[in-house]
Amino acid sequence: MERLRSFLYYLRENPKLGIGLGMIAVLILFGVVGRLLVDPGLAQPLSTTPRQAPSWEHLFGTDDAGRDLLTVMVVGMPLTIRIGFLAGGVGLGLGILLGFVSGYLGGKIDTVIRGTVDTLLTVPSLVVLISIASTVREEISIELMALVVASLSWMWPTRTIRAQVLTLRERAYVQMAKLNGMNSFEIIWKELFPNLLPYLAASFVGAVSWAILATIGLEALGLGPQNEPTMGMTIYWAITFSALIRGMWWWWSIPIAFLVLLFVGLFLVAAGLDELANPKQRRAV
Amino acid sequence: MHWGYALKRFALFLLVIWAAASVNFFVPRLGTGRDPIREKLGQLAASGGLRQEGVEEMVKAYQAKFGLDKPLYVQYFNYLGDLLRLDLGYSLANYPARVGQMIGNAMPWTLGLLLVSTLVSFSFGTLAGALVAWPRSPRFLQGLVVPLMTLSAIPYYLLGLILLYVLGLELKLFPLSGGYAPGTLPGWNLDFALEVLHHSMLPALSIVLAAVGFWGLGMRGMMVSTVGEDYISLAEANGLRDRTIFLRYAVRNAFLPQFTALGLSLANVVAGQVLVEVVFAYPGVGTLLFQSIQSSDYTAINGVVFVIILSIGLVTMLMDFLYPLLDPRISHRR
Repeated sequence: MERLRSFLYYLRENPKLGIGLGMIAVLILFGVVGRLLVDPGLAQPLSTTPRQAPSWEHLFGTDDAGRDLLTVMVVGMPLTIRIGFLAGGVGLGLGILLGFVSGYLGGKIDTVIRGTVDTLLTVPSLVVLISIASTVREEISIELMALVVASLSWMWPTRTIRAQVLTLRERAYVQMAKLNGMNSFEIIWKELFPNLLPYLAASFVGAVSWAILATIGLEALGLGPQNEPTMGMTIYWAITFSALIRGMWWWWSIPIAFLVLLFVGLFLVAAGLDELANPKQRRAV
Repeated sequence: MHWGYALKRFALFLLVIWAAASVNFFVPRLGTGRDPIREKLGQLAASGGLRQEGVEEMVKAYQAKFGLDKPLYVQYFNYLGDLLRLDLGYSLANYPARVGQMIGNAMPWTLGLLLVSTLVSFSFGTLAGALVAWPRSPRFLQGLVVPLMTLSAIPYYLLGLILLYVLGLELKLFPLSGGYAPGTLPGWNLDFALEVLHHSMLPALSIVLAAVGFWGLGMRGMMVSTVGEDYISLAEANGLRDRTIFLRYAVRNAFLPQFTALGLSLANVVAGQVLVEVVFAYPGVGTLLFQSIQSSDYTAINGVVFVIILSIGLVTMLMDFLYPLLDPRISHRR
């Protein structure tokens, strides 16, 4: 309770974190509560009258194939967030592993990891993902989608975590622990890791945000799970069936509004966590 | 420039291209062990129709190089050899068009759009970022941070859809899709140039709007720390004009990392543009990629992916060579 109060107190000083967390919480709640209120079956094609403008019966209208868009949002938002968290989690996990090994051990292994990361960062990852996703297109599922995206989401975390580890490694308390006879693993786990927690949280949010961006990009090109009503697939269907020109504004504007909320929320949380991790920036931002 | 460095950097470039090509070759053949190009060719051959002759020729040419009777490494070297000669093969969906030719037709469109929108957003965003962080700029400018942040968080193509609706469909200021109106003859004259310009305004605007936020935030971060430096205080104490301090002392020093970021983020800019092109049905490489995905034209998909990686690799390498000219502190000499 005491902790919660001091956290809320901190949020007043760091409004970005507060507002961002609030936006994400609202989106997640929307999915959880919405699930209880609507029938998820309505997110499937041919479940209701197609091409209806928003009305009391269909708050967000319906699309060409007869999906109720409110239900699509309720079902699709959590799916998209799940892909993001899965891919971002795997990416951050790899990033932590490689970043700590590279930064703490140094030497040849560091040269190899750093070289690989710097090289891969200049490669347009979305384009590589397109080539991978187009070959597994028929059998792609939510989880496979997350894995495909995760395969290229570890470089940025690796790079930044390595840089942090490099500065922490020279701190007096780490030297002290070394003199006391702790082995490398213990030092990483007990000394470095806890001190990097806020920083890792910021990296995680960044990775999730990147993963969602990449996922939506792939899906908007038609490379997502065809039978799942995710946010990106909804945009793909809207583009493919020219919702815009046919005046079906609700079909594309509603998913965009939700995605803008999601991206701005994630961005604010990342910026807020950055501030928490580097108090020196506090004045700056 | 140091020749040893140039050589090393070029070797790295070749390595990246080779790795990308290998991923392109091996990923489809891994796992399921199936070869999508072969499957698609099989379908084409079985469905027959008017263009049967061409299909058979394609199948024959493909078998000669990538036939199952050949061991994998022979297929692989055939593939690398083709790429070395920039031979991307026939399009599966539009025989007898060659993939290289299709990309060649689309490339000028993409390059034009990319160049203009990146230059505009980079210069405008950098200036906006610098002004936002400058303590003596007017209050309304400092308040720009919030819109800049919001814009930087929204993907290009989503912004594009909104612009398309408001400026194109509702206000009818700009055409809705394509690179030029159907019926006009492409040619080197003023009318056609204006037509193209008119059509590319909306796609360019959606890239610019979203990217301005990114460049603005980056510049702002650098400016904030530069403004705190002692030499700025000294310049102020010396009574230099505000303008001089701003441009010569602050912006000039804060600008370099911004240029480095341009090289690093180029890949993302291009990826974003692919989707913008799809939204506007702009006749560039992105739309070509989209159409190829929709018609399962695997040779075209592979070709476009390879060309994009190749060109970005080239540009990144050129930028690495340019840094020492811009910043004397970087010399590429160890």
